[in-house]
Amino acid sequence: MKRGKSGNLVTVAGGAFLGTINGLLGGGGGMLAVPLLQAGGLSPKSAHATAIAVILPASAVSGIVYLFGGLVPFGVLVPVALGVFLGGFLGAKLLGVLPVRAVSLLFGVLMLAAGWRMLL
Amino acid sequence: MAFYLLFFSGLLGGMLGGMGMGGGTLLIPMLTLFLGVSQPVAQGVNLLSFLPMSVLALAVHKKRGLLHTQGLPMLILPALVFSAAGAFFASRLPALVLKKGFGLLLILLSVFPFSLAFRKKSEKP
Repeated sequence: MKRGKSGNLVTVAGGAFLGTINGLLGGGGGMLAVPLLQAGGLSPKSAHATAIAVILPASAVSGIVYLFGGLVPFGVLVPVALGVFLGGFLGAKLLGVLPVRAVSLLFGVLMLAAGWRMLL
Repeated sequence: MAFYLLFFSGLLGGMLGGMGMGGGTLLIPMLTLFLGVSQPVAQGVNLLSFLPMSVLALAVHKKRGLLHTQGLPMLILPALVFSAAGAFFASRLPALVLKKGFGLLLILLSVFPFSLAFRKKSEKP
């Protein structure tokens, strides 16, 4: 990753920023981490892998804060977590199979639609 | 019934995450818009539900040598601290503010999948 004082500053500031978003809004940190790491010189594959290493502890800690705040009923968490775990396997299998452009386009459209709906 | 709907939402979110798309970003709207989960709860669930899968994925990536560890603590530590701080404030903000904030985030972040969809073929994947 970037070396030198300016690189370190960007790294720390970037981490602080994506951490804030991740904790305050409960997500999105990963989507910010990947481009940040790529800008730091990592390959896309390495950036995706390393992003997990960054988001994992951040999400764990902030998730626990939500949990202690009484905001995570197990009746919701357990089925979702089970689904995510299975989905993760399926998604990884689908990675080389589905066309990247089409999936990305669909994902982008869904994000826009959902975001619009939530904003207004 | 609710169990299966929640499971299915997690399944879709997990699949997107497994494909490297950023799974949680659609999980939260699925929970709030279709399953009547409040925004703060959806956020907390999102943060925790991806942990088991992430641990596993990270172990696999590490084994394949895909992790770039140089300078990583300088990224992880601030992310961790500010994430905890953000979570602390989230519980004190109105759900509507968080919902609108997340909606805005989704719109802004959509630039990433769109750029991936429209990238020139000459660029390396």
